[in-house]
Amino acid sequence: MNAPTIEYLQLAPLLTVFGAAILGVLVEAFAPRYLRRAMHIPITLLSLAGAFALVIVQTVKGVPTKPSAMGAVAVDGPTLFIWGTILVLAFVSLLLLNDEDHFVPAAAAVPGSAEEERALIEGNVHTEVYPLALFAIGGMLLFPASNDLLIMFVALEVMSLPLYLLCGLARRRRLLSQESAMKYFLLGAFSSAFFLYGTALLYGFAGSVDLAKIGTALGTVGGQDALLYTGAALLGVGLLFKIGAAPFQSWKPDVYQGAPTPVTALMASGTLVAAFGALLRVFWIALGNLDWDWSGIMWGVAILTMVAGAILAITQTDIKRMLAYSSIAHAGFLLVGVVAITADPKQNALALSAILFYLAVYGITTIGAFAIVTMVRDAGGEAWHLSRWAGLGKRSPKLAGLFAFFLLAFAGIPLTSGFFGKYAVFQAAVSGGALPLVVVGVVSSAIAAFFYVRVIVLMFFSDPAPDGPSVVLPSWGTASVVGFAALATVVLGVFPQPVLDLAQSAAGSLFVH
Amino acid sequence: MEPAEILSNPGGVIGVGWLMIALPLLGAAVLLLGGRRTNKFGHYFGVLMVLASFVVAVLAFVQILGFAPGERRRGVSLYEFIPGVADMGLLIDPLSISFALLITGVGALIHIYSIGYMSHDLDRRRFFGYLNLFVAAMLLLVLADNYVALFVGWEGVGLASYLLIGFWQFKPTAATAAKKAFVVNRVGDFGLLIAIFIIFTSFGSVAFGEVFAKAGGASEGTLTAIGLLLLLGACGKSAQLPLQSWLLDAMEGPTPVSALIHAATMVTAGVYLVVRSGAAFFPGDGTASLVVTIVGVATLLAGAIIGTAKDDIKKALAGSTMSQIGYMMLAAGLGPVGYAFAIAHLITHGFFKANLFLGAGSVMHGMNDQVDMRKYGGLRTFMPITFYTFVIGYLAIIGFPLLSGYFTKDGIIETAMEHNAILGWLAVVGAGITGFYMSRVVFMTFFGERRWDEGVKPHESPAVMTWPLILLAIGSAGLGAFLIMGNRFMIFLGPAVGRPDELPAFHAFAPVGLATLALVAVGAGYAWLKYGRQQVPVLAPRGSFLTTFARRDLYGDALNEALFMRPGQWLTRLAVWFDNRGVDGLVNGLAATIGGSSGRLRRIQTGYVRSYALSIFVGAAILAGAWFVVGTL
Repeated sequence: MNAPTIEYLQLAPLLTVFGAAILGVLVEAFAPRYLRRAMHIPITLLSLAGAFALVIVQTVKGVPTKPSAMGAVAVDGPTLFIWGTILVLAFVSLLLLNDEDHFVPAAAAVPGSAEEERALIEGNVHTEVYPLALFAIGGMLLFPASNDLLIMFVALEVMSLPLYLLCGLARRRRLLSQESAMKYFLLGAFSSAFFLYGTALLYGFAGSVDLAKIGTALGTVGGQDALLYTGAALLGVGLLFKIGAAPFQSWKPDVYQGAPTPVTALMASGTLVAAFGALLRVFWIALGNLDWDWSGIMWGVAILTMVAGAILAITQTDIKRMLAYSSIAHAGFLLVGVVAITADPKQNALALSAILFYLAVYGITTIGAFAIVTMVRDAGGEAWHLSRWAGLGKRSPKLAGLFAFFLLAFAGIPLTSGFFGKYAVFQAAVSGGALPLVVVGVVSSAIAAFFYVRVIVLMFFSDPAPDGPSVVLPSWGTASVVGFAALATVVLGVFPQPVLDLAQSAAGSLFVH
Repeated sequence: MEPAEILSNPGGVIGVGWLMIALPLLGAAVLLLGGRRTNKFGHYFGVLMVLASFVVAVLAFVQILGFAPGERRRGVSLYEFIPGVADMGLLIDPLSISFALLITGVGALIHIYSIGYMSHDLDRRRFFGYLNLFVAAMLLLVLADNYVALFVGWEGVGLASYLLIGFWQFKPTAATAAKKAFVVNRVGDFGLLIAIFIIFTSFGSVAFGEVFAKAGGASEGTLTAIGLLLLLGACGKSAQLPLQSWLLDAMEGPTPVSALIHAATMVTAGVYLVVRSGAAFFPGDGTASLVVTIVGVATLLAGAIIGTAKDDIKKALAGSTMSQIGYMMLAAGLGPVGYAFAIAHLITHGFFKANLFLGAGSVMHGMNDQVDMRKYGGLRTFMPITFYTFVIGYLAIIGFPLLSGYFTKDGIIETAMEHNAILGWLAVVGAGITGFYMSRVVFMTFFGERRWDEGVKPHESPAVMTWPLILLAIGSAGLGAFLIMGNRFMIFLGPAVGRPDELPAFHAFAPVGLATLALVAVGAGYAWLKYGRQQVPVLAPRGSFLTTFARRDLYGDALNEALFMRPGQWLTRLAVWFDNRGVDGLVNGLAATIGGSSGRLRRIQTGYVRSYALSIFVGAAILAGAWFVVGTL
């Protein structure tokens, strides 16, 4: 028996993040309470920056052409792009998460109890959020890079479990936060079961959990269709749940609303990117030869997701729920790109690069939007109800202007990055022969534009309420997050070429297996 | 001679030609986003950016001169802008570099002048930010290598002009004028936009090189349609009939803005568009070119007539702008010979018109912002530098022998005469009227007795304002001879827009030229009789119906009101009625359906995990079932 080989350099970004997470746990265990935060911040940010640098080193050195770690992890062009994207988004989200007053002083205390009161007075903080976030980010990195279904399942859990916890740690509206954590946990566990069962069935079909081997088995194994179709469908459910595609979207609004807003930002950007990466890899490599079968189903899912996201968002009165539904609609637009995948490698590269670009720009804009949500506050915490945002444009024009700008980017108005994201995906879909889907996509965009613009109208054309919310002076972290997001949205809206090129060259090497 | 082929990026300064656009854009970004922190140095920074851009333009120009004539068109692709449709790229060739030099050169002088002119304005920094934005947009317009990028610059110019015309937004007239300019320009913009759509569907590309190469294969009808729509766009920006009405009102902006918009930049965009597209869509014969010449002649006469009746010095100059742009349009419709004269006149006009406008600004500066020429008089001894430079600009515009306008305008008139005698004679008449109204401005302002308001103490402007005037006056005097003698400019421009194989010979005193001069002299003489020798009444006399006709801008606004505004209002009312009765039912129904289904669908979101899990389960069952069905079929 040969000793297993591990390509440490290729896996270095992963190992850095996980290593930092474990270091964070050690800090929690051994460092005195007053020192912990001061130690966590550099560990977390430096590890993410270091991992990003390692991704760049790997990209410059050349993209590996075969999977690493005995075929368990595939570090290929798309993986490197997704890693880079997730690391940037995670870094930005962590700057947001850094602000002190997002998290509860004592998570285990019953909301409103004397115990909680005391923790508040003592100024306790849950510095565990840093290692938790790092574990989640590590999971996000591993998820889209996993080359076999079991690793992917492990990654899914590593990514999800810390997020379940983080969702329950909001400082204000404790009950809502705990409820969201509970819901997310239950439904997440439920969907993981689907994923695992699908994996088992596919193993029964192909005799392997390796994605590539499942792919080859499609052509060689006969008479096991029941195992294959059911397995593939259940696996698909597990993945579609994570991206929030309809009809598996129901968790999204509740969880996005209840979770602390920086955690929502991390989920809405990082998790979405990771889940799409995994979805693409599974449907591409394991089920690529089945595309004739699943593309029809994916059409249905994409249409349902876009329409449900756009229509349900209209009647939302809560800014975070509205952004959650908008995220569902955007997942639908991204699925249009997935449908554009066909047998033609050139077309695939086009579709893949479009999705990668879309993910990157959408993630950044989303974090910017949530960062602004954290700054508009009432006495009881962030002001979520849309009516509280009325007239914000008159009170703090800069903030409202930036938020309006992010909303326009979501709507895909030209000269914002959102336009090129949508344009690239729809263009890929048209050249992939999915014109009707694009028509539905454009109509949904129009419906979606309605509720984005409605918020803008509310902010700028109605009179501010006399007891309206106050806009807090942002910390340097939040301010730089908003600034970075706005800058990226403008620059990529006028000058998308560098990132488009990067996405294209990443997609050009396709997935290795 | 056909236009030369577009060659690849030679590197050097041309390779970084985008700096020309980026520098003023950076200036605008710093000044507009930097806020009050930049108040102190903002104006210097703005000037510096434009000057730097001018330096880049000069260096690029020198580099171009270093190539053989056939190799002077260089494409510099920058990045993919809209994948599959348009790349962001520059086309640096004799035509675009001439414009870049004019825009940055005259633009820089106007910037410098504005330091003095706007020194008392609290918002000077914002003003310079807008000026920089304007210059950047205009440079993108002329340097772009495709219609889409050109359109971005085109709209940028529209936006910046809106901001600048309405800069003193506390004045309702300024706000209205800005709105009017914007709306009228939109009409033209739609023409350009539709032209671009047709170009893209017909040729599969919007890049100049590709479109012009393929244009030969298109049908006559397509070419004419594109040509006329481009012309509509050009009419909007260049204030040609029937979209001229915004220009006179646009004088509400600060005077340097008038100089920038009406001399060096915005109004020349239409001429640029026609000449740039000339080889493909306005070859000198055919319907589109004919319409261009008719529009040009009609506008040059209309502008001149309006100019005769205005007492507001800036409005009189605005009328002359319309008229001079009309000359350029006329030339642009005459084919390759005309292109060179059009652009040559455009450049010299850029100088003498900037000279005149800034001179007018200098007069206003010394007269407590009085614009009514009936309240001027006898100013020549009080502001000598302004007077002498203004006179040079005046002599240049009326075509006084050996000054700039003489060479370039005469070239246009003679070419028009060869092309079609009616056009030619009308252009000669226009020159005569120019002689009259420009002399009227000079006599009313600088000669005669003083008709000042009480308390006005005219004085010469500071050096920061007079030096730009002196430099512009030098250009107004000498540039025409330099460009036209020996067909220097036509040969230079040839590779970009094509030129006739036989270069036109320059007759110092051809019969047509003499006739023009005679008419100009008559016009000037009549002005002397009426405004130089006689007393100018401080209150405008009622005048004949002709005067009223001219004073009312040839009833352009009334016409617009009767033809478009009133019917438009009726149409709106009708549409509202129809909308309330018919469309609303449908639309509201649709909205209600969407909203209603949103409300109904919302109920699925019960908040109970059990129902969520059930929906996931049902979804999974449907998915698996569907897959099974599809797979086994």
